[in-house]
Amino acid sequence: MPTTIIEKIWQQHEIADLGDGTSLIYIDRIFLHERTGSVALKGLEAMGRKVRNPEQVFCTMDHIVDTFPNRSDVTTMPGGTAFIQTTREAAHAAGITVFDLGDRRQGIVHVVSPEQGIALPGVTLVCPDSHTGTLGGLGALAWGIGSTEAEHALATKTLVVRKPKTMRVTFNGTLPQGLTAKDMILRLISEYGASGGIGYAIEFSGTAVEALPVEARLTLCNMTVEFGAWSGLVAPDAATIEYVKGRPYAPRGKEWEQAVTYWQTLKTDPGATFDRDITLECDDIIPQVTWGTSPMHATGIDGRVPDPADEPDPARRAAMERALEYMALEPNRPLAGIPIDAAFIGSCTNSRLSDLRAAADILRGRTVKAGVKAICVPGSGLVKAAAEAEGIDQVFKEAGFEWRESGCSMCFYAGGESFGLEERVISSTNRNFENRQGPRTRTHLASPATVAASAVAGCLTDVRHLD
Amino acid sequence: MEKFTSLTAIAAPLLRMNIDTDVIIPSREMKRVSKEGLSEGMFANWRYTEPGGRIENPDFVLNQEPYRRAQILLSGDNFGCGSSREHAVWALAEWGIRAIITPGFGNIFYSNCVRNGILPVRLPEATVQELADQVTTDPEQHRVTVDLTDCAVTGPDGRRYPFEIAPADREMLLEGLDAIAVTQRRDADILDFQRRDRSIRPWIYLQKTS
Ligand code: SF4
Repeated sequence: MPTTIIEKIWQQHEIADLGDGTSLIYIDRIFLHERTGSVALKGLEAMGRKVRNPEQVFCTMDHIVDTFPNRSDVTTMPGGTAFIQTTREAAHAAGITVFDLGDRRQGIVHVVSPEQGIALPGVTLVCPDSHTGTLGGLGALAWGIGSTEAEHALATKTLVVRKPKTMRVTFNGTLPQGLTAKDMILRLISEYGASGGIGYAIEFSGTAVEALPVEARLTLCNMTVEFGAWSGLVAPDAATIEYVKGRPYAPRGKEWEQAVTYWQTLKTDPGATFDRDITLECDDIIPQVTWGTSPMHATGIDGRVPDPADEPDPARRAAMERALEYMALEPNRPLAGIPIDAAFIGSCTNSRLSDLRAAADILRGRTVKAGVKAICVPGSGLVKAAAEAEGIDQVFKEAGFEWRESGCSMCFYAGGESFGLEERVISSTNRNFENRQGPRTRTHLASPATVAASAVAGCLTDVRHLD
Repeated sequence: MEKFTSLTAIAAPLLRMNIDTDVIIPSREMKRVSKEGLSEGMFANWRYTEPGGRIENPDFVLNQEPYRRAQILLSGDNFGCGSSREHAVWALAEWGIRAIITPGFGNIFYSNCVRNGILPVRLPEATVQELADQVTTDPEQHRVTVDLTDCAVTGPDGRRYPFEIAPADREMLLEGLDAIAVTQRRDADILDFQRRDRSIRPWIYLQKTS
């Protein structure tokens, strides 16, 4: 029977069918970070339980560490030191590999994991972090879990998982020049809603997806959680295999040959059916930017702030009204031209080398508008080093951006650094929730190129028409 | 884990869609490496007048009597979307919430509820609205019953609304099971799987290097 790639990976990892649609699933890789991993490791310890296969468990410091130069365990976030040190101690005691402060491999969990070859095509990978689906960009089946489930995975190397429904999202056509995977995923979420993917594992396919470089596929899959989906992936192809080759934890020698042979089988068979099929055309996608407080509140930069009065669904209308109040925007106002106070490039969505290059291409020879606070936070120490080797740090600095150490930084506010009260930020991150980037901070999500262009113009800007 | 069988309680309406876990527990309220002491920070940005402050906002439903004693939350679609932080569930549980009724939940949040003795109930939007309308006329008297033994919610007017929950999740809640202990009984199966899998996918089984 023709099967989907999701089904194939599922079957490969099924230890037992527990009935009623749930299975005991083998987990190949577990990643932790100091924010939620700390609680999971402590919880395990408290119950006297051990990490079953520590050689397949990894940990990084990204959420709470500062991103200022010369940082240490002392953090701007009150109480942050305890998270870092508890995690470090517990991880060492358990025999888990830690990408710690001062290690060039340190960085945002979902940047480090593909960079190190820990995430691979066809693996199951979990992390107590909702953006774990990012690794679907390599063809991994990866999903975010809570701390209690993380304890389960650590202790047993398995999880009890309800089999997801399957959805195929086909992006047809060719993405116009200057448009990105970020624009594609925002377009999808705005069209089908932030709960459109609930209960589904998604395969992204179609010509526009096949044409995406691997880093862009990671961006695409990063925001499957904003679509409500359980997980999302892109089938591995020659580009994926090329990307993985030679990475520190990737297979070598005879095992590499074996792995490649296996990875080549990881595709949906012709004639296999999905529970749901969605198709989007990419030829005329416009750079996306959000206007509200949910990632579904996105539209083309050439558009206007929508009018809640036009929304027939009462729940959606109420959410829109509340969002506009929070964002301090009036209906029908053109999005382009809305003045910004700050610009942020970073996060597990858009902080890889290709993202920084795209932003640098806009910034080269230009400067950030006076009064706009602009910050770039590379996704890992290695991304930072690679960017510096190309002189990209100079481009950012000369344009007026701060150039930081790697980490999650101001993707989210944890009581430390923030953009501040009612500041308006254009951001390459993934969540524009109320207070996400600071108390009453107003976030507009967009691609790194759109963020860079807007930083230069001092307002939300169409990157295609920057002077 | 605390068992859940049946509960008749005050239900608080918080009918907004996409209430995310950042709203339920802002990051800055997760101050310690602990599952405890989180209820004070629950809904902090809505519950208090100032960011980081502790002066109650009287307009927020859970600050009002008798909703301060609510054990059931009625809310909008996609409740608990966003960040995986289990702290959202720990905060709600510590504050006293035992059941949440909405048209839909974020996936991770839903699992987290089941693992912490909170019953997540999915009912259609119109039903949740109907329950909220009835509750608000007299929240103290118009209580809602959530019964996991027969998988039904009973509204203040006596109308019964059956709901669905996966049998494994239901059992975990009814029995207050420790999921890890249950899985550990299958240790032989896991070892067996690893043995077979290692010959098919040897590259998965990393050796300790450092
Ligand atoms: S960069 Fe932001 S979204 Fe990504 S893992 Fe860090 S905090 Fe979460």
